[in-house]
Amino acid sequence: MSQHGGTIAIPQEARAPAARGRRGAIDSRLAALLLFLPPALMLFTLFVVLPIGEAAWYSGFNWNGFGKPTRWIGLDNYRFVFDSRGFGTAFKNNLLIIVVSLTIQLPLALALALILAERFRGSVALRMLFFLPYVLAEIATGLIFSFIYDGNYGLLASIYRAFGAEAPHLLASTQTSMLAILIVVVWKYFGFHMMLFIAALQGMDRNLVEAARIDGASRWQVLRYVVIPLLYPTIKLSIFFAVVGSLQLFDLVMPLTRGGPADSSNTMVSFLYNHGVSRMRVGYGSAIGVILFVICVTFAFTYKRWFMRNE
Amino acid sequence: MSDALAPRRPLDLMPLYKAVFLGVVALLVIVPLLATVLGGFKSLGELRTNPFGLPETWEWENYTGILFSQRYWQLLWNSLVIATLTVVLTLIVASMAAFVFAHIHFFGSSMLLSYLTMGLLFPAATAILPLFIKVRDLGLLDSYLGVALPQVAFSLAMSILLLRRFFKDLPHELLEAALVDGCSYIDFFRHVTLPLSRPILATVGTITFVHSWNSYLLPLVMLNSDSMYPWPLGIMIYQGEFSAEWHLILAFITLTILPTFLLFILAQKHIVAGLTAGAVKG
Repeated sequence: MSQHGGTIAIPQEARAPAARGRRGAIDSRLAALLLFLPPALMLFTLFVVLPIGEAAWYSGFNWNGFGKPTRWIGLDNYRFVFDSRGFGTAFKNNLLIIVVSLTIQLPLALALALILAERFRGSVALRMLFFLPYVLAEIATGLIFSFIYDGNYGLLASIYRAFGAEAPHLLASTQTSMLAILIVVVWKYFGFHMMLFIAALQGMDRNLVEAARIDGASRWQVLRYVVIPLLYPTIKLSIFFAVVGSLQLFDLVMPLTRGGPADSSNTMVSFLYNHGVSRMRVGYGSAIGVILFVICVTFAFTYKRWFMRNE
Repeated sequence: MSDALAPRRPLDLMPLYKAVFLGVVALLVIVPLLATVLGGFKSLGELRTNPFGLPETWEWENYTGILFSQRYWQLLWNSLVIATLTVVLTLIVASMAAFVFAHIHFFGSSMLLSYLTMGLLFPAATAILPLFIKVRDLGLLDSYLGVALPQVAFSLAMSILLLRRFFKDLPHELLEAALVDGCSYIDFFRHVTLPLSRPILATVGTITFVHSWNSYLLPLVMLNSDSMYPWPLGIMIYQGEFSAEWHLILAFITLTILPTFLLFILAQKHIVAGLTAGAVKG
């Protein structure tokens, strides 16, 4: 800092009359504004906002992406999406992921957080261990579990064989493919939610808990009537992330099942990839994208309005 | 003797059911990872006969074969270039914008900020096809920038929010004093704000890096040639080629998650702080 005198030490030439100083400040403010803001605005507009608008436009065409879109078909692409069985399954799978996140992953994360927010030998190491799956790439996680589920060489198959049972091919059956993915989803993301809860618990006012204890509340009562209510904002946040995460789940699906067999384990994004992107059906894929966009934005706004008013 | 003083509780005082619960969860996390690492040291046959134990004979060739292949290093290099580009551009662009939003009041500033934070509401996948066409029309298809620029654009919202909060919390007197002394906003940003903001820059940089390092969909859509692929794409192709030779695939997985693992150990504070605090404050 010190080699540039302007900031802390005051060089002689910088001692300008007050009036000039004020003018200079306004000019330098304008300069900063004009220099600093446009890059972010341009990048964001070009790669985030415009594509969404274009998706709405392209979704009215039957177009393979080459040349200019000319075959206007109105809302037909949306009709094709809603008529396809695959999209319905994908939508249901997304809901299923949300349900499992809320009924299994969230309580698991909360229980672990309540234990690990206390300080004892090994608590930090365990936190890190449980957070590790969240840091691993979805692709690597998916491949690891496609090994575990493998009917010939996988760990699961070994366990089955140890009991003399026929090893199942979880990923190859339309009945079990989604179950297999759900297990991996919980495995990968519970640590993230646990960390949210631990952060909240550590920021919590200990006096409230102490006061309740002194007033004779049991351990369970303290948890039920003091700690959990204080965690409501975090629980709402955790639910929000579970839903948003489900709506964009893709990377994990590809190495495990690619959405198959027979479109049984698609999420909406993997359905968009398999039926729009990989076949370059730009109009159709854009229509799916627009539907997904509407779902995401509607959810975000209503959730914020209904549940997160004060935050 | 430390009972009276330290808030630490020794593990053996914990009720048994809690310890069992923690142990089971820990096993469920560790076993898949350990089986992957060890599986890379086994032969294909041993994967079947000895799934959980240590390898009877350590097959170092599985690992060395990959480590001495040009392919592995090419994949890591591509990922590193894309992630570095993404991090550097994100930090520059986002910190400049965050500085304006933190310190300069102008007509429409809150509107512009909400405009930028709209990016938090929906995933890149929603507009992936128009994005592909845009990148193609810009001539950036099959280039590092074609992946990095959209990644920067999508990481801006969160980065700007985190940086702006930090910039706002810096002592306000610094800016006032500097302005009185005739220092310009831009100089103040370069010589005061940025040096004081190393912790938050490290946090934002780490999250952006991890996201880019792990990302799959954008490179999958934007890149065509093997020589440009980052490792998540490369490993999927590798798995396709060696579909039944799990011992090789496991070794490859281990070697590709190794950098993530090391980064996590080295920068766990920034990663945890960034990925959770970033979420909470967003």
